[in-house]
Amino acid sequence: MDITVESIVFLIFGVLTLGSALLVVTTRNLFHGALYLMASLFGVAGLFVLLAAPFLAGVQVVVYIGAIAILIIFAIMLTPQVTAMRSVRTAQWPVAVAVAVIFFALLVSVVTPLMDELGVDDFAADFTQENPPDVPADSLVRLGEQLVDPQQFMLPFEVASVLLMAALIGAVLLVWPEGTRSTPPGEAGDD
Amino acid sequence: MTELLQDIGLSHGLAVFIAKAVGVMVVGAFGLLWTLLGIWIERKAAGRFQDRLGPNRVGPFGLIQSIADTVKILLKEDLMPQGADRWVFNLAPIVSVVSVMLIWAVVPFSGSWIGSDLNIGVLYLVAVGAFGTVAVLMAGWSSNNKYALLSAFRSVAQLVSYEVPMVLALLVPVLLSGSMSTQTIVEQQHIMYLLAVPLTVLIFLTSGQAETGRGPFDLLEAESEIVSGFHIEYSGMKFGMFYVAEFLHAFTIGVLTAILFMGGWRGPFAEDVPLLGFIYLMIKSMVAYMVLIWVRMTLPRLRIDQLLDFNWKFLVPLSLVNLLVVAFVWKILPDTDQINSFGDALVPTLVLLVVNIALIAGVGAILRERGRRERQRVEARLTAAESAAAGD
Amino acid sequence: MVPLWMYLMVAAGLFSIGLYGVLARRNAIAILMSIELMLNAVNINLVAFWRYQAPLALNGQAFAAFVFVVAAAEAAVGLALIITIYRRRQSVIAEDVDLLKW
Repeated sequence: MDITVESIVFLIFGVLTLGSALLVVTTRNLFHGALYLMASLFGVAGLFVLLAAPFLAGVQVVVYIGAIAILIIFAIMLTPQVTAMRSVRTAQWPVAVAVAVIFFALLVSVVTPLMDELGVDDFAADFTQENPPDVPADSLVRLGEQLVDPQQFMLPFEVASVLLMAALIGAVLLVWPEGTRSTPPGEAGDD
Repeated sequence: MTELLQDIGLSHGLAVFIAKAVGVMVVGAFGLLWTLLGIWIERKAAGRFQDRLGPNRVGPFGLIQSIADTVKILLKEDLMPQGADRWVFNLAPIVSVVSVMLIWAVVPFSGSWIGSDLNIGVLYLVAVGAFGTVAVLMAGWSSNNKYALLSAFRSVAQLVSYEVPMVLALLVPVLLSGSMSTQTIVEQQHIMYLLAVPLTVLIFLTSGQAETGRGPFDLLEAESEIVSGFHIEYSGMKFGMFYVAEFLHAFTIGVLTAILFMGGWRGPFAEDVPLLGFIYLMIKSMVAYMVLIWVRMTLPRLRIDQLLDFNWKFLVPLSLVNLLVVAFVWKILPDTDQINSFGDALVPTLVLLVVNIALIAGVGAILRERGRRERQRVEARLTAAESAAAGD
Repeated sequence: MVPLWMYLMVAAGLFSIGLYGVLARRNAIAILMSIELMLNAVNINLVAFWRYQAPLALNGQAFAAFVFVVAAAEAAVGLALIITIYRRRQSVIAEDVDLLKW
């Protein structure tokens, strides 16, 4: 692989994604962790752009940075860090490291061309390809049509909207102040 | 530009890169320089709305007041509160300015002048807007100040809620033009969408005003309650950056209104002379922006519960109904997917306008009824209190 | 272009980091953040395979879009649960909520 603009950009976003992700799981300050999470998810959005999926990159930023990360920060603010004195890691963290490393090694052994060189090449898929065919120019339009096409993804699409609605109602019910189930929090005790 | 650079012997990739970099600098510098003049215009207009003169000391008509202010701000001491989160504290104003400047990348200044004609332009606008909320949160958290933190809480409630009607309003021009690219949306406006969907414009301006955190939605800063909120601890140029970001964001809402609803750079001879298109765009943006200043200077600040009630109980349902009605009308009208001239656009525009006026009248009737009932309730309570007082 | 396996490596790394976070962090919110990282790793894989193996069909992108929906729902309900637990037990440490443990 020769060095092109694309490979440099890939490197930047890859390092941003993985580096920030490492900081997310190691940092002591949860607020910083949430900011690193944003950086990591932004890196993923950059990778989506490189993969010719700008729509998903936009949705990634809107949904993850604009909604989920902000929600997480809000939750961090609502639950004071009374536990700052205690360790941020559980007692089983060495096991966690081992599991993560072994799992990573397993995944890498499957996807890298290394296995081919060792002679273990009974994988059907070819992960070394570099030049896939171009994405059709109207892919965004077709994605939109597929999502509401009864032959394709219409049912999952509608189920997804029901799922979101259920999550919305469930979240509101869960955090409802206790003892005021019948009246909204603002009106309880008024008048 | 790219050809010129390639002629002097640069490779294609490098030439494109340099041309893009120069473009970014020109757009960025224009935005920031425009702020100097724009703040003067805003302060002058605000002065007139409040029956005073506005800046009038430095230079003719106070024209270089903004430059004097900049110099003053640059000379101020750069303070950092004790216990502040140093990195986040310094990063917040930068994120704030960048989030606004990024919007300008997809602004079509004329038929050929556009930073990047993304085919997901409108989605990009929404995505970039998310960083503004993050900046407020970062500033509010890192300042280690109660008022700043309160402001951060308010910002989540306000900015995230008002994003919903804003996105629903943005969907209408996308629906009418059949594209998310800002350039295509401008090109499709043979008759400006303002005349077809005035209700959507109102929703967009209202939620835009809330997104920028300006009066009557200025709860993020609310001088009289939380003493300017999230940027309370900022001084010197860092405060200046928040100030610039706020101004530029508000003006950008004007620009977006001009692009999405008022035909952007379109106007007589604009297709042949790009500069003329740019001037048209600026004039239209200024008109939309003046409306925003007018609202800001006229209405008193809302309470936080009123603000959220207004959004979730009125604006969101209204924009949903509006979107559904527009989509339905657009679907049953014939040939709406191939509008290529003024003539093609005339009938759909008129139909949509009639529907919109009916919708506005309906909403107005509901609001009047609600207002009447509320008045009766208050009056009944007042008379009850009076009779109780008389009985004692 | 960058070969496919490099994207898969990034995704594998992201997933493993998330896995470590889920297993090793005490704070429930941190665990939730780690889960988000893992979901994103899956999304990178979905989009990368779509781009390199089947760019003409759009199923990969559509699947990624559904993962977004699930992630949003999961974050909303998860955070609501964490806040409710905090109200009842004054704690956001996952180990403190061990009624189901034996």
